[in-house]
Amino acid sequence: MTFSRCFPLLLALIVFAGCAKGAPEDKARAQGGGASRGSSFVTGSIGEPSNLIPILSADSASSDVAGLVYNGLVRYDKNLKLEGDLAQSWEVSPDGLGITFHLRRGVKWHDGHDFTSRDVLYTYKVTIDPKTPTAYAEDFKQVQTAEAVDTYTFKVRYAKPFAPALASWGMPVLPAHLLEGKDITKSPLSRKPVGTGPYIFKEWVPGQRLILEANPHYYEGAPHLSPYVYRIIPDNSTMYMELKAGGIDMMGLSPVQYQRQTGSREFLSRFNKYRYPASAYTYLGYNLRLPMFQDVRVRRALTCAINKEEIIQGVLLGMGQIAHGPYKPGTWAWKPRIEADPGYDPARAAALLKEAGYVMGSDGILVKDGKPLSFTIMTNQGNDQRLKCAQIIQRRLKRVGIDVKIRVMEWASFLTNFIDKGRFEAVLLGWTISQDPDLYDVWHSSKTGPKELNFIGYKNPELDRLIVEGRGTFDMAKRRESYYRIQEILAQDQPYTFLYVPDALPVVTSRIKGIEPAPAGISYNLIKWYVEQ
Amino acid sequence: MANYLIKRLLMLFPLLLGITLITFTVIHLAPGEPVEMQTAMSPKVSAQARARLREFYGLDKPLHVQYGMWLSNLAHLDFGRSFAPDNRPVLDKIKERIPITISLNVIALILEFGLALPIGILAAVHRDTLLDRAISVFVFAGFAVPTFWLALLCMYFFGVKLNWLPISGIHSLGSDALPTLARFWDLAKHLLLPISIATFGSLAGLSRYMRSTMLEVLSQDYITTARAKGVRERVVIYRHALKNALLPVITLLGFSLPALIGGSVIFETIFSIPGMGQLFYQGVMARDYPLVMGILVIGAGLTLVGNLLADLCYAVADPRIRHGRG
Repeated sequence: MTFSRCFPLLLALIVFAGCAKGAPEDKARAQGGGASRGSSFVTGSIGEPSNLIPILSADSASSDVAGLVYNGLVRYDKNLKLEGDLAQSWEVSPDGLGITFHLRRGVKWHDGHDFTSRDVLYTYKVTIDPKTPTAYAEDFKQVQTAEAVDTYTFKVRYAKPFAPALASWGMPVLPAHLLEGKDITKSPLSRKPVGTGPYIFKEWVPGQRLILEANPHYYEGAPHLSPYVYRIIPDNSTMYMELKAGGIDMMGLSPVQYQRQTGSREFLSRFNKYRYPASAYTYLGYNLRLPMFQDVRVRRALTCAINKEEIIQGVLLGMGQIAHGPYKPGTWAWKPRIEADPGYDPARAAALLKEAGYVMGSDGILVKDGKPLSFTIMTNQGNDQRLKCAQIIQRRLKRVGIDVKIRVMEWASFLTNFIDKGRFEAVLLGWTISQDPDLYDVWHSSKTGPKELNFIGYKNPELDRLIVEGRGTFDMAKRRESYYRIQEILAQDQPYTFLYVPDALPVVTSRIKGIEPAPAGISYNLIKWYVEQ
Repeated sequence: MANYLIKRLLMLFPLLLGITLITFTVIHLAPGEPVEMQTAMSPKVSAQARARLREFYGLDKPLHVQYGMWLSNLAHLDFGRSFAPDNRPVLDKIKERIPITISLNVIALILEFGLALPIGILAAVHRDTLLDRAISVFVFAGFAVPTFWLALLCMYFFGVKLNWLPISGIHSLGSDALPTLARFWDLAKHLLLPISIATFGSLAGLSRYMRSTMLEVLSQDYITTARAKGVRERVVIYRHALKNALLPVITLLGFSLPALIGGSVIFETIFSIPGMGQLFYQGVMARDYPLVMGILVIGAGLTLVGNLLADLCYAVADPRIRHGRG
């Protein structure tokens, strides 16, 4: 007890001493935005959080901040494996239908109340409550019964085995004692959250910044960096200048910034650059309702004709890797070698198209039954990388005799007037790759309706079966078999031409120590980061 | 005069109603809905969740019902709650952004008028001289340079290279702890770049306008008469000519009133200033109907009041209008 109470004091003393020594320099730097700030940590965000009750918001800024203030029952560790967070341990029943969570004892909410199973039960109940306007009810709706067995035991039962279930309990747990019986949409917690996490919410200056402070009673130990300042800087160029002037400590770089603008010795002495695959991929999707794309030979020919490596060099300056399927390289569901992948081979593309019945017309465009092989690639406005990608593809396809037009649309009309109505030929878009490899929402044939995510209309009974099998299996090795097979089928069918997985390119000031890059990126151990005094 | 005023005031209401009806229609004609903008392409959102959100925002009701509800709330001065996930009252969101926007705009407006008018007069008095041409080049340079580009250059030079001025935002971290004077100095340093660049960009219009009205007045017979009488040139220009040349400027000032609560999106984005421009832009992008309508109604109201005030000031300033009808 004495140690835990003394420690922050000690830390404060050290920080204070550090500040006092660096005072004159502080002053000089502070004028340019302030660089040497003791152990404070400032990061920039393009967007402002919308709502800090996590089930009510869907934007990344909100989840960034909520991730520091709240905990879930489980979380992904640095190797992207599930580990206990507020749950010390859990058991899956032999039939795969029930999960029993044993909650961590002695965890306190930031206002001093004890964290118990009542909070977990409340979080579950409010999420599935029809009156709660949340986008996250779906996973919890699979739950048949949920009960708080005792203060530190929480039990759920599912109607059918559901592997993504476990990960869904990574949802931040909300404080029942502050919310129960109240209208969650009008709760002050949305602007002033109370959680169990490593940081305590302190202040929100609208449109400018959020300030969090280290939680001295955090169950894993208090974070060393405090205060944590989340600055809202809506423009990327401004953010980059703030970084260089010492106004922020960390940001994500663009490939151009990483490759061309941050190589000087001066920059490298002040900052550390990191690089690892991001959880996202970019693809060219074909509308499979159109006769032109129903022939698998045409789709395989398109993939053969596209040089993915060239796209990565041209668009990402090499900061990415080729995608062959919907998973992130290096994760457990990802298949390192996919046999059915066509690869880049223009000669084979020409042969496949000939086999499909296309003959070269006089104008250099392939023709079948009097109709030229021509389509439009649509993409959304404001994403320069996608546009460049489309242009490179256009040139490559022209060489094998395919005429491609490019159309860039504003996001809202792109979605409502074209995607939702199926009025498109090919689209160039991207998906984020979720930690759990379940593909139901994007690839199952039941998800081809309007506003659903299998908007290209891909239907393959074998794939459907494998997806259902995969989400119904808890054993990772067995699950992996399903996903390996799925990747082979997708590579064979090429409903998308999977293009690339870009790299995440964060940069952090070199005064911050303790950063250990891992498959999960760098921020997983933020609470262990420190400043050398 | 009183009759005229009452008539004008009564006219404001149907005008405002018409404006709200048109804007309501236009914003609903834009493709996409708030729910869609929040949930599109998100794998975790089911059709039920979407329906639930639509119901929560009242988007499942027919359009005329939605308009009616919005209008009756407005009659009680209730602008409704934002359709963003925070679901906060629209008025709160506007209130927290209005002070910085108005202060910035007022300062910029004072600087703009304070600089553009003398520049215009100077150019007119020294018509076709080197000075006149130099002024033209200067103000048109400000007009032609893309402000975001100039802003970035200045930020790089003064912020990164020289480290004299802060780059973005309106306060330094920890400025709350400073004494009042130091806090004011901190704020002033943050606002120096945005205000000077905004002013530089807006000089052209007003100064050219001032120059041409001044030239027009200077060619009038009564100026010639005054000169012929032997009145000193200073008096001719500043007492006789300037007074008359300033009349149209009143109208311009009236038009500037609604601009006081508007902000430039690009500017606010580059300098990370949490102003009305950004709020409105985000509102439109997210199809946050109540927020967009709220800002537009306030803007429209101010425009109408501004026009009315301009007309009234005109009547006060110009005896021809005041006594014209009598």
